[in-house]
Amino acid sequence: MKMSMGPIGQRLLGLAVLGAVLVGMGGAALAEVGQPKPWEMNLQTAASPIMESIHHFHSFLFWIIAAITVLVLVLLIVVAVKFNARTNPVPSRTTHNTFIEIVWTLVPVLILIGVAIPSFRLLFDQLDIPKSDVTIKATGKQWYWSYAYPDNGNFEFDSLLAHDKQPRLLAVDNEIVVPVNKVIRVQVTAADVIHSFAVPSFGIKIDAIPGRLNETWFKATKEGMFYGQCSELCGKDHAFMPIAVRVVSDAEYAKWIEEAKKKFAAFPSNSYASAEALQK
Amino acid sequence: MATNTATLDSHGHGTPTGWRRWIYSTNHKDIGTMYLVFAILAGLIGGAMSVAIRYELMHPGVQLFANATYNVFVTNHGLIMIFFMVMPAMIGGFGNWMVPLMIGAPDMAFPRMNNISFWLLVVAFMLLIISSFVEGEPGSLGAGPGWTMYAPLSTSGHPGPAVDFGILALHLAGASSILGAINFITTIFNMRAPGMTLHKMPLFAWSILVTVFLLLIALPVLAGAITMLLTDRNFGTTFFTASGGGDPVLYQHLFWFFGHPEVYIVILPGFGIISHVISTFSRKPIFGYLGMAYAMVAIGGIGFVVWAHHMYTVGMSSTAQAYFVAATMVIAVPTGVKIFSWIATMWGGSIQFRAPMMWAVGFVFVFTLGGVTGVVLANAGIDRVVQDTYYVIAHFHYVMGVAAVFAIFAGWYYWFPKITGYMYSDGIAKLHFWVMFIGVNILFFPQHFLGLSGMPRRYIDYPDAFAGWNYVSSIGSYISAFSVLIFLWGVVLAFMRKERAADNPWGEGATTLEWTLPSPPPFHQFEVLPRVK
Repeated sequence: MKMSMGPIGQRLLGLAVLGAVLVGMGGAALAEVGQPKPWEMNLQTAASPIMESIHHFHSFLFWIIAAITVLVLVLLIVVAVKFNARTNPVPSRTTHNTFIEIVWTLVPVLILIGVAIPSFRLLFDQLDIPKSDVTIKATGKQWYWSYAYPDNGNFEFDSLLAHDKQPRLLAVDNEIVVPVNKVIRVQVTAADVIHSFAVPSFGIKIDAIPGRLNETWFKATKEGMFYGQCSELCGKDHAFMPIAVRVVSDAEYAKWIEEAKKKFAAFPSNSYASAEALQK
Repeated sequence: MATNTATLDSHGHGTPTGWRRWIYSTNHKDIGTMYLVFAILAGLIGGAMSVAIRYELMHPGVQLFANATYNVFVTNHGLIMIFFMVMPAMIGGFGNWMVPLMIGAPDMAFPRMNNISFWLLVVAFMLLIISSFVEGEPGSLGAGPGWTMYAPLSTSGHPGPAVDFGILALHLAGASSILGAINFITTIFNMRAPGMTLHKMPLFAWSILVTVFLLLIALPVLAGAITMLLTDRNFGTTFFTASGGGDPVLYQHLFWFFGHPEVYIVILPGFGIISHVISTFSRKPIFGYLGMAYAMVAIGGIGFVVWAHHMYTVGMSSTAQAYFVAATMVIAVPTGVKIFSWIATMWGGSIQFRAPMMWAVGFVFVFTLGGVTGVVLANAGIDRVVQDTYYVIAHFHYVMGVAAVFAIFAGWYYWFPKITGYMYSDGIAKLHFWVMFIGVNILFFPQHFLGLSGMPRRYIDYPDAFAGWNYVSSIGSYISAFSVLIFLWGVVLAFMRKERAADNPWGEGATTLEWTLPSPPPFHQFEVLPRVK
């Protein structure tokens, strides 16, 4: 700010500050869920029950590891202050203390058992897939995703990075559309090399591996846009094949399905997704 | 031994001079020196690559690299730092130099094999460099499948010969390490001075012993895996190709069966170095010596049964994941024993904060910081969100990057007077420590935030929300790079000043056998074996 502050300058500055605050708030409101925030220091805001559990477990773990790190740091500082050559010229010759050695072996064991119990609960919650309402098949390709809806219209479409949309590197041309508060099963495979399907705010990540059909699930609890990115190195454009999920109401979903059936009807549909639906 | 010396003299093979002394060297100290010089050069190259990566990531958008070339830098930075910087410095360099001195042996058991171990590594490095200048991904130079070289990206994803050169580089580096491992095992088991039982052996020798056993068991598995890659690529096999009945996940199991022990190979010798430095400058014997030795054995052993915690997202069954969660968390116990025993060694001591001690205390802190995030990552439930993000990058750079480098510098400043016979400037060494300590924490700590909020690793460009912490991280990278210049300046200055180092510059705390010898030690030492009480 090299500008000299006349009354008009001041008023302009005030306006600019107000504007910046409004834009900032608006931006923050928009970026609340489904994507990373500037200077974020924690996990993305949860938008599924699993991600809620991950948040709780991570907070629990965070306090444990923070306490351990602080304990070690404090001990190092105490040692440096109390036992340096100036304050303690004659070193002790202690090399054993059975009691304390047992303590620092057993206490970590107890802490780890305390960690393991909620950890296993979370793990089995993630991996036991409930009865699903909608199945989507995602196929990772160099460097875009194809999504099929085998039990909802049996169509398939490609989803490529959109250069003309925001947020940059997250927006795609054709998003996955799913209904809110429904269990969505995602089956994942790949056509060429390994990719990985991830949406952080749902707490899911599953590798897309050629020759394997992996699956995961989520239940989105909020409507809106949710973004993820390919999470396994897949070649030169690894950073440019995002995943975008639009969560909508049941009515909007039904409407979208009808439109999508027409829109993607001409699409040369991927054989095995459709074949699977036919067998049912 | 006596007849041996006579034969040497009668053939005029006393002390070789000029280039023969180095190229043909069978002397553990000369080979150790070559390993150290090699590690410094490789470290400068690998470090420069990391600065280029951080320069690219300082701002959103693509500024420096072509997309494929960025992956080549990421791959080569990892391979160089692990196989050509940390391992040569710790095992080849300090191991070669100090294990025979510490156990009172005149040299390694197989001196000529020691020579071929070193030169194989040089050739391996040349192959890796060559791989960067031949085609990899269609239309671009170099191998970019990451240091893990997952199939099929490393097979059908890289039709050019770059990956073949990379595989051959790893084969030679692996052969070099296996030969070295055999040499160390034979030396330590057979050539300890009279009276030095295994339970009296210094902890650095213990750490090398455990490390080389891990090498001996893990490296053949890597060799098998990358040979299968090679035949998949060139001879029509389909070990890792689904369309031919193979499975890409098989490669990952084989790789991480090697890869997880490998990360302990990288850090275990550091444990040994740190134990000596802390004991020396606290002027106290190490606390819980046997616990320290067997904690390393335990870490090495458990290291072989936790590999699939690198693969929680490949679609393993829930019971398999639960097993790997439990097994992985067990590692925290012996690791805790080590951390607390180091602190207990300092407790009650009379600590002199000379440069090596600063690095050792810094090591305990950064290793703890990196270790606790390992406990977070061990839990598959959370790893689901942070797998393949910058949280993992931050974790493993703290434990096997920063901590390993701190251990190497602790060893460097501890043994530099013994190796060169010159004293360095303690002030410059401490300046080096503080600048690097601040630099690496600014560099890696914010990466935890990036990872938690979802930034995937191995990305040349990222959504704009990640810009802030990436900027901070890059600043940290430049500060760390500057500290390396301070290091080099300190080394040059030490050689220019030629200030003579005493045989034992550290006083009564330094009790191992290398300090009973002159600085630098004679070309052949312990012609009369020392007796250990």
